[in-house]
Amino acid sequence: MSADTTERRFTPGVSGALPDGQAEIDIRGVSKRFTARGRETLALTEIDLGIRKQEFLTLLGQSGCGKTTLLRILAGLTQPTTGEVTIAGRRLWRGDHRDDDALRKMGLVFQDANLFPWYSVEDNIGLPLQLRKVDKRERLRRAHELSELVGLQGFEKALPRELSGGMRQRVAIARALSYRPEILLMDEPFGALDAMTRDKMNMELQRIAQTTGATVVFVTHSIAEAVFLADRVVLLSARPGRIRSVTEVDAAHPRSLEFTAESGFQDKVLELRRQLTEDEERLSRQGAISE
Amino acid sequence: MSNRYIPWISTAVAVVVMIVIWKLVIAIFNVSPFVLPQPEDVITGVKDLVNSKGFWTDVRVTLTETLVGFAIALALGLGLGIILGRVVWLEQAMRPVIVASQVVPKVALIPLFIIWFGFGMTSKIIIVALLSFFPILLNVILGVRSVDAGHRDVMRSLNSTRWQTFRRLEYPSTLPYVLAGMEVGIVFAVVGAVVGEYLGGDQGLGYRIVTSLNNLEAETLFAVILVLTLFGFLLYLAVVALKRFLIPWHDSTIDSTRAST
Repeated sequence: MSADTTERRFTPGVSGALPDGQAEIDIRGVSKRFTARGRETLALTEIDLGIRKQEFLTLLGQSGCGKTTLLRILAGLTQPTTGEVTIAGRRLWRGDHRDDDALRKMGLVFQDANLFPWYSVEDNIGLPLQLRKVDKRERLRRAHELSELVGLQGFEKALPRELSGGMRQRVAIARALSYRPEILLMDEPFGALDAMTRDKMNMELQRIAQTTGATVVFVTHSIAEAVFLADRVVLLSARPGRIRSVTEVDAAHPRSLEFTAESGFQDKVLELRRQLTEDEERLSRQGAISE
Repeated sequence: MSNRYIPWISTAVAVVVMIVIWKLVIAIFNVSPFVLPQPEDVITGVKDLVNSKGFWTDVRVTLTETLVGFAIALALGLGLGIILGRVVWLEQAMRPVIVASQVVPKVALIPLFIIWFGFGMTSKIIIVALLSFFPILLNVILGVRSVDAGHRDVMRSLNSTRWQTFRRLEYPSTLPYVLAGMEVGIVFAVVGAVVGEYLGGDQGLGYRIVTSLNNLEAETLFAVILVLTLFGFLLYLAVVALKRFLIPWHDSTIDSTRAST
């Protein structure tokens, strides 16, 4: 199966672009091609997506749909093969060159907390400030303030090893917030947590997003989580990765868990589930043909 | 009872058990004191050894050989390890050489070094360096390669400079591996110094082994072994102390009782 036949077999993706001037983050015609063991995979193809200032946007999709790749492109960690990303009017990638100033506005939270085990909680939170040469007193003050925001007051001196998974993820969020980013990129940040902790973290994340006024791009494979948190849910579909649909969720934030009992919530979850199932069937047919 | 007392109690028990078996063996098999002296004679032997002429010179000689050789091994192991850890093709090219020089029984090369560099300290320093070099090198290569990809992403997304990435990420995450290499290396260093002196020396604690053997002084031989054990133990302890000081955050330095909470 060559890359060409793959490209011909799919229906093109939906455009998630916003009218001119509305997008804080503007993704235009972004594709990403990976070559592994001589085989080419089209991880993302022709993605058009605009994200508004202070919007909470979730990228939803099964594993392998390219949602993490898209987030890594936004974070400046992966270079797109084609297309361009503009953040607050600045182009992030120019060929091989990354505009580091465009990144200064962004905070990143990964699936793993990725805390440095040799630093205490406060030093982990203050690391981005340390790299920006903020003096120690200010760093500690900010770390203290953020520990409070993420509910970790009293744990400033603890080492990451002494914390639970949920607490570590809170530290990671605090670290990403330390330099007051305008954009928060989160890659399945609560994926490794148990359901109870996850619900709790989702509630707190809404509160944090509101307090800080940050634009949030949140990657998840949980439909309920995506709908619960988002102003817009962008469903990605795999092989090749493209936008399958864009769903507006217009309930006000912060949403309580009761929101999940409302019909508006449930209809959207069901519709997204239907689309995902349809995709799964198409993929298994495709798999049967190529085998 | 807390777990932290267990090693101390077990050590005391082991020493007592050993002395009892020791005495029993002498009593039951009627062993000649030329073969196995009484424990109390060995204690006297240690006292005599420590007070004997030139003892502290011998300690100094062995210590100098061990430390200088170990320092050379550490410098070379770190330098080469960092280069080979980063430049994958070079490490692949060097691998046959490294494996070959590792499997050579290095102790067998000692006579050769003595022929080349004489009976003095130089030949022993080279032996010490050679023996402790490999564990350090291999650990440093492993350490340099083990920097977590997720941690690298964190630094990259924060626009860190080359120096910041080294100072905040690569240095602390490689340090436990360097220290693990040093822990093995220091033990090998003592072995190298003693065997070097033993096979071709005219001073040092290893040379004392040969002289007491030639004079059939079993209690002196035992005394030298005890002193050497203490000598190696103190050096090992120094590395462990360094580890506790440099990487208190690492799992290897934490009591099992605390780490599990």
